[in-house]
Amino acid sequence: MFEFCSNPENLSGFSWLSCYLTTPKHMNLFYSVGTVLLLLLITAPTALLFGFGGAVMARSKILLIKVFGNAYISIVRGVPDIAFFLFFVIAIDQLLEWSRHKILCPEWSEPIRQGNDFVVCTIAKLPLSSSPQWIHEIYGFLLAVFTFAIVFGAFAANVLYGAMRAVPKTQIETAVSFGMTERQVFRRILVPQMWLFALPGLGNLWMILIKATPLLFLLGVEDIVYWARELGGTKTAKFTSYPHGDWRVWYFLGLMIFYLAFTRVSELIIEKLMRTLSRGTATLGGALQGQVGR
Amino acid sequence: MKKLIISAVIWGLTAGLSLADSHSVIRMGTEGAYPPWNFVDDNGEIAGFERELGDELCKRAELKCEWVKNDWDSIIPNLVSGNYDTIIAGMSITPERGEKIDFTTNYVMSDPSRYLAASEGADWKTGVIAAQSNTIQASYIAATGATLVEFATPEETISAVRNGEADAVLADEAYLKPIAAEDAGLVFVGDAPIIGGGVGMGIRKSDTDLRNKFTAAIDSMKGDGTLNALIKKYEISEQMF
Repeated sequence: MFEFCSNPENLSGFSWLSCYLTTPKHMNLFYSVGTVLLLLLITAPTALLFGFGGAVMARSKILLIKVFGNAYISIVRGVPDIAFFLFFVIAIDQLLEWSRHKILCPEWSEPIRQGNDFVVCTIAKLPLSSSPQWIHEIYGFLLAVFTFAIVFGAFAANVLYGAMRAVPKTQIETAVSFGMTERQVFRRILVPQMWLFALPGLGNLWMILIKATPLLFLLGVEDIVYWARELGGTKTAKFTSYPHGDWRVWYFLGLMIFYLAFTRVSELIIEKLMRTLSRGTATLGGALQGQVGR
Repeated sequence: MKKLIISAVIWGLTAGLSLADSHSVIRMGTEGAYPPWNFVDDNGEIAGFERELGDELCKRAELKCEWVKNDWDSIIPNLVSGNYDTIIAGMSITPERGEKIDFTTNYVMSDPSRYLAASEGADWKTGVIAAQSNTIQASYIAATGATLVEFATPEETISAVRNGEADAVLADEAYLKPIAAEDAGLVFVGDAPIIGGGVGMGIRKSDTDLRNKFTAAIDSMKGDGTLNALIKKYEISEQMF
């Protein structure tokens, strides 16, 4: 990156470090921080959406929907994350390719499963093997987002389901006596009031989600953990201009500080949000702010 | 939400239809963590013996190739499920692997594996020996009197010896040599067992055409001596074709 980096052997101290930290290979580490942030940014709202859907379904009066909602919540919550990640991503990938195969190549006569191999016609591949590598990476990333959203959506659904039940019954009864329809009660009373009860649980989930991002590595997305391990490993002078010993401990220390700082900032924001939400409510949190008049 | 899912599915099913007839690209899967065979260089690109070899093979077979990195442990499962089309990652040809995937003809002959230890007197016969999981070395140690500890990456096997967790590490000589050369604390000990039937490219069993193309390309490189030159350049093996 810098001009003086053309001869790394002659460098030492700070200038060596500044060259080392800006090699194209090292930049991948910084990009992967972006990948993790992007994943969180997309996954959190999606998971919340899944959670909301799951909670509403679990509350439904129609038996079939209720059973489906409850099944989603309890099955996904009960399966270990790693098992779910390993199974689900392969399954959904093969399901998509299988459906594309059925639609796009109806004249194909060979079986899709040939021994160990999963073979679909060339144009049914997802992404096509002729697409550039970045499309493959985005596809893998989207699969990861989807999987994260399903897993964390189930937990969020449970939190929201509980929060909806925590809204005081008197509030609902009052709304009904004002002549609101069921839909209006849900939209105007239940949902606005439940957030207060859901927030601690959702905040918890957010923290766990942040800490779960290294699972990306399991899905073949090269995240910060992959690059920390790869860059931190011993490098012999034969294969790099920047040889060094086993520095993984420093890289992982950096990761630890990154995650700690990140969760700390989240904590502060959640606390602030909690204070805003409880203002004026008939809860202990609201009363502590001295906002509830007597 | 329903609409979202449906439109996502439709997109998923139809995406890239217009590109469908463009000629196909062969995706080459490698580990990128096993110098000098394959590694990631300072520019973030896959480099090493197999990069140069693979590019030349693709040129000779008139294929368009793209390089993909994949973890060693899942490198066979991801080949058979079609994430890439070949494995070119210093993989030895063994009967167990041959049950799941096919191999091209070998491009490196079976070469001795070596024990690397922290001291001359290390107990490589019955001690604790580190090896990368799912390698021929791991199954070799499991069959001897030594205790096997497995690691997911080659790097971790070396640090296990450095920090005393293992008495020695068993790996390909070409991988251990540059490490031993730069670290005075590590020495070669014991036997040099010859394991496996040489190194070849892994290909799906259903992809016979592709396997034949690569075998032909490897044979042509064996014939004109370019393969031997590459093996010498990267110090992969003492044995030439």
